[in-house]
Amino acid sequence: MADDKDVLRDVWFGRIPACFTLNQDEVTEREAEPYYLLLPRVSYLTLVTDKVKKHFHKAMRAEDAEEMWFEYEGTPLKWHNPIGVLFDLHASNTVLPWSITVHFKNFPERELLHCPSNSVIEAHFMSGIKEADALKHKSQVVNDMQKKDHKQLWMGLQNDKFDQFWAINRKLMEYPTDEGGFRYIPFRIYQTTSDRPFIQKLFRPTSPEGTAHTLGDLLREMYPVALPTDGEPKRYQVVIQGIEPLPETPLQWLSEHLSHPDNFLHICVTPVPSD
Amino acid sequence: MPVSLLWAVDVYGRVYSLSTAGQVWEQCRDAQMEFKRVTAAQQCCWGIACDNNIYLNIHASDLPVRYQEETYENQRWNPVDGFSERLLPSDRWQWSDVTGLQHQPLDNFRLPSISWEWEGDWHADENFEGEPTEKGGWTYSMDFPATYTKDKKWNSCVRRRRWLRYRRYKAMDTWAKIPPQQTMLPDPFSDISCGGWEISDEPSGRLSLWAVSLQGKMWFREGINHHNPEGSLWEEVPLPAEVVQISCGPGDLIWAVLWEGQFIVREGISRDCPKGTSWAVVDSPSPDVAATHVAVGMNVVWALTKDNKVWFRRGVNSHNPCGSGWINMVGEMIMLNVGLNDQVLAISCEDRAVYFRQGVTSSELSGKTWRAISVPRDGDRSHSSASASSLQSAGCYFCGEVRAQSVVSDVESDTDKGSLDGASHLVASISPISPESFVDAPTDHSEEPIDTPKAPVLEEEPIPGEEEVEAPSAGVAISSMATYTLAIEDQYGADEHPLWAWVSGGGCSVDSHSQLNWFNSLVQSVQSMSLSVTPAQTAAWRKQIFEQLSERTKREMDNFRHYEQAIEQSVWVKKGTMQWWRDWKPHKWIDVHFALEQFSGPEGNKDGILFIYYNFYEEKKYLHAFINEVTILVPVLNDSKHSFAIYTPERTKQRWPIRLAAATELEMHDWLALLSDSCCNSRGIQGPPSKQAAWSVTCKGDIFVCEPSPSLEAMPYPTPCDQMFWRQVGGHLRVVECNSVGIVWGIGYDHTAWVHTGGYGGGFSQGLASSTDNLYTQVDVKSVYIYENQRWNPVSGYTNRGLPTDRYMWSDASGLHECTKTNMKPPSPQWTWVSEWAIDYSISGGTDREGWQYAADFPASYHGYKTLKDFVRRRRWARKSKLTSTGPWQEIPPISLIDVTILPCAAQSSVDVVPLWAISNKGDVLCRLGVTTLTPAGFSWLHVGTDQPFKSISVGAASQVWAIAKDGSAFYRGSVSPQSPAGPGAKMYCWYHIPSPGKQKLKQVSVGRTSVYTVDENGNLWYRHGVTPSYPQGSSWEHISNNVRKVSAGPLDQVWIIADKVQGSQSLSCGTVCHRLGVQPVEPKGQSWDYGIGGGWDHITVRGNSMEPPRLPSLTAPAPPSPLPVRNMEVNGNAVGC
Repeated sequence: MADDKDVLRDVWFGRIPACFTLNQDEVTEREAEPYYLLLPRVSYLTLVTDKVKKHFHKAMRAEDAEEMWFEYEGTPLKWHNPIGVLFDLHASNTVLPWSITVHFKNFPERELLHCPSNSVIEAHFMSGIKEADALKHKSQVVNDMQKKDHKQLWMGLQNDKFDQFWAINRKLMEYPTDEGGFRYIPFRIYQTTSDRPFIQKLFRPTSPEGTAHTLGDLLREMYPVALPTDGEPKRYQVVIQGIEPLPETPLQWLSEHLSHPDNFLHICVTPVPSD
Repeated sequence: MPVSLLWAVDVYGRVYSLSTAGQVWEQCRDAQMEFKRVTAAQQCCWGIACDNNIYLNIHASDLPVRYQEETYENQRWNPVDGFSERLLPSDRWQWSDVTGLQHQPLDNFRLPSISWEWEGDWHADENFEGEPTEKGGWTYSMDFPATYTKDKKWNSCVRRRRWLRYRRYKAMDTWAKIPPQQTMLPDPFSDISCGGWEISDEPSGRLSLWAVSLQGKMWFREGINHHNPEGSLWEEVPLPAEVVQISCGPGDLIWAVLWEGQFIVREGISRDCPKGTSWAVVDSPSPDVAATHVAVGMNVVWALTKDNKVWFRRGVNSHNPCGSGWINMVGEMIMLNVGLNDQVLAISCEDRAVYFRQGVTSSELSGKTWRAISVPRDGDRSHSSASASSLQSAGCYFCGEVRAQSVVSDVESDTDKGSLDGASHLVASISPISPESFVDAPTDHSEEPIDTPKAPVLEEEPIPGEEEVEAPSAGVAISSMATYTLAIEDQYGADEHPLWAWVSGGGCSVDSHSQLNWFNSLVQSVQSMSLSVTPAQTAAWRKQIFEQLSERTKREMDNFRHYEQAIEQSVWVKKGTMQWWRDWKPHKWIDVHFALEQFSGPEGNKDGILFIYYNFYEEKKYLHAFINEVTILVPVLNDSKHSFAIYTPERTKQRWPIRLAAATELEMHDWLALLSDSCCNSRGIQGPPSKQAAWSVTCKGDIFVCEPSPSLEAMPYPTPCDQMFWRQVGGHLRVVECNSVGIVWGIGYDHTAWVHTGGYGGGFSQGLASSTDNLYTQVDVKSVYIYENQRWNPVSGYTNRGLPTDRYMWSDASGLHECTKTNMKPPSPQWTWVSEWAIDYSISGGTDREGWQYAADFPASYHGYKTLKDFVRRRRWARKSKLTSTGPWQEIPPISLIDVTILPCAAQSSVDVVPLWAISNKGDVLCRLGVTTLTPAGFSWLHVGTDQPFKSISVGAASQVWAIAKDGSAFYRGSVSPQSPAGPGAKMYCWYHIPSPGKQKLKQVSVGRTSVYTVDENGNLWYRHGVTPSYPQGSSWEHISNNVRKVSAGPLDQVWIIADKVQGSQSLSCGTVCHRLGVQPVEPKGQSWDYGIGGGWDHITVRGNSMEPPRLPSLTAPAPPSPLPVRNMEVNGNAVGC
């Protein structure tokens, strides 16, 4: 039986093949070839697309290129959600590679955050970690860390260094042995069928009686329709890191193993494709 | 922590026990009758039954309680009959004790009670001072009494021999009546309390048992110890007034409650006088209310008054057993008991539930809160539905004045016994105490509201993540939709109420860190969730995740591997500052910058280089080491530096490691975790140690494991042993032994036995380099010793004023370093003190009653009595320290071991039983039953009889067993077959006595496939010559080497040793791992030594390595034996040091 640590590696090294094509409305000097890239599931779009930007800039005049943004089948892709979440939410049933349209004009101000530099991504990423630790340990672990430890987490993500990241992140995953897990599980539930960005509430890893809460328990409380009802065909897919864990999977284990680097368990609920 | 028991009696007199690992009160079905009181020690429990007799329940152990009876047969020579039983009229008895003064014929020996049985018949002892005697066991002398020899001489006029017979205590795990004493008055016992086991280890298993009779008299049971668990007789203790209740702590605290409501405190208790000498009186905490109950521990006294108030006595210790003042605590109790580690148990007055005092630590002896133990009784389940509601109401009913009624009805059921339940009896019979002033006992009410046993705890919820969320989601989304619920901790109301009368925690080993499942039977242990015990590993959800992840890889990545990666790989550097023990003289710690550069190696392995940047005369220089050349990282914790040593083959040859010190322990552990992970990565080593692995232990107790290369035992060119890569495994051990099917056992410094769980990591390498399961907490205890030295002068006798040339008056064993009680620190920051300084009487050479050893001068050989020629004396003080770590080890309670050995060769299948032998710390030979690769811990011990204590044992590949007795003699055990591992009938005469080599006292033995090696106390290594299948005992000992501390012979007959230091150094301990070269079937003794890692190594075992080396055609003559490396005698040469 494989080791639980292999899960961490599988999660970290998850890649989505993507094909970037330039939006047809963009003004170009010459034809821009599509650009193929393996995107890390746990990273952020704007962090890993420098090559894409360079590639298409070559085909354009500098003054025609405003801030780059991405779109999939009409939906602007929110860079501040992890790439894996964007894929699972919008494109999980698509044919690979994932076809992403690149825009340099008409930035959808109402739907996307600007991302002028990597330091914005870093601030967003670190705030996620801090919020997660506030839920998990009343911020005690993250506050006890030194500046360089925070930096190491960010550098680990930025440079795709699993060991560098986990050397620090393991501290965020610890909890007192006499409590059954974290104080609260940092999670976010995303859905395509609602305007709400995500569901996030306080939820403990164990019940007051001490039994471990499962993924099913969480959904029952937060999003009951996502659970299959007896005798009816499954209506929703509950996808975490591109897979569908069973409802009886302990939530604490999921939080420790399938969380994104921002320490949140990002759960995507999408309708089962009708075909 | 080993499992131990909490004992209790309910109001109906039924006895129950609750295991520290359990969640149910188990009724003691064996008890034929009802009990009034119980008092427990770790090895047994005493009780007063309703027939007013005292009963003893000894917990069964694989080690029997065995008593050796001996008597001597004496004979004198005369010219007519030769040696005969006709003695001179002035001679001793023909059958006598060793002194000759007591007449002791064989048939005078009787079993002391019906709880004993004989183990065999009388037999003559054929060992004499470590040497075998001639058949019959006679020893000869010129006359009685004189010095005896085993050889008959021309002037031998008398002879004698020793006869032995063993009796065994058979009434284990059952309540056996202590035979009542003839002289006792018909005054039944009403209270009983045992303790005192911390006062002295001599004799082993010694206990003090105190009893109180209904008439208020007090009795002390004489002579209780391991070999005589029932004790010998009751002796009355004079009292100032009548006593109703007594409590005896594990140490020297004994308090009792008088009928008048005061306390008396026993004074003058010591090692020589466990009974104490006199009483002091302490008044009741409250002037108007009489004391009713007292409970004492090691350093605490708790008491109750008639109004059920709970009191804690301030300032109690062995110098001041009376303490200084009372503090009123919260709670209303009817009974209290102090268990091990000063943990407190009580029975509540309100609901008669047993409460455990939480948060009692050595620094906060009064604890924090009362918490009810809410586990069901084993009988409850069958009728729980019926009894739940009625019992709940009984809980309310059972308080106040109604209680007396119920007790009376209880007593009426056995009217002739005339017994009363203790607590209520007190209530009825205590007369009002005389009003006395409380000058010395101020009542301190300041702590009163500190706790309450049942108030629900409201946790304040922080509002998480408001500001953090704002930045990214502003303008896009509404901030996260957190709702805040107030979680109220559930009130763990038990649905049924046992009604308790008495509880005893004297055998219950818990402390404030223990994880008990007594309070809420639904709490899951954390292991089952995230450390994932085996059932969880096989759970469907986990399988699903693994399967889906690999599907995801297939779907999303396998066809697209030719795509460009979004993030380019680069070198990762970690930097820090440290101190470095510089290579050149004068050696000292200098500040350096430290950097580890990691990159992907050519085969995808991670590799790295270590840089140490330092300044040399203003010039920046650096030193580097390739990660793939590092052979070991050794933590070198001492009380001043958090340092570690890095070895490479070259550094091992030089005996000069790179020594670095980090600023904090945490920083050092971070670096060690990172470096060892990096080293393992560069060598492609991961996961648990293989079955073939070699294990070693340093003198600091750190455990290392090495994966042997196939050519490690190759001829003629084995892998040099300085190239072996050792990685650390968590835990702390003194001895580790393994075999080639992957069974690994260890023994801690406190003699606890441990079995390897198959995991890896632990210790500092928590996180990625550790297995996620199979890691457990490991605790080890060792003593730190200092010496008090004194010199005699004609004026004042022995004083602490020495000569100017003398050693420090408080020193280490060598006398070179000053060591006082106040300046001594635990061995490293990982260790904490767990006891006070105490005189150590168990030092070799013996001591007088105050622990002194005498000698003519320092340093010399010391003896335990004073002669006219002795001008100096010393005594040893010991203090225990404790280390808590984690590692892949699981405890095998309860028997403490000093040696263990496992049959080295491969088992045929996973269910084949593997012979495993061990020596208990008392010297008993034990054979473990049920050891297989699937159950490496086995299930129980089989005791194998011997006539004397043993200290070392080894079983060879052909199941041949060799052992060393404590007196230094060697024994071979014949006809040991895998089917009957302990040999035919497990009788003592299966041991063949093998004479020691040249009068040397042997100390350790190791048996390989056929080779037998021993080490003697002078560091000589001996090989047993002439061992053949038809003559397995061999013919003679052949000297191989000196300066050897330990030997390990493996299943290929390979020989590895720990070589001791060359004499002349000041250093006390250094050990180097060495490999015997040139061992082959025609030359089993080998030719020379190859030197590996060290110094500071204490133990190695190569008994797992059964990999036959690749056979090379012998192209050339064997390589010349490698010359001995010049030993670097610098202090740094022993990185681990001592």
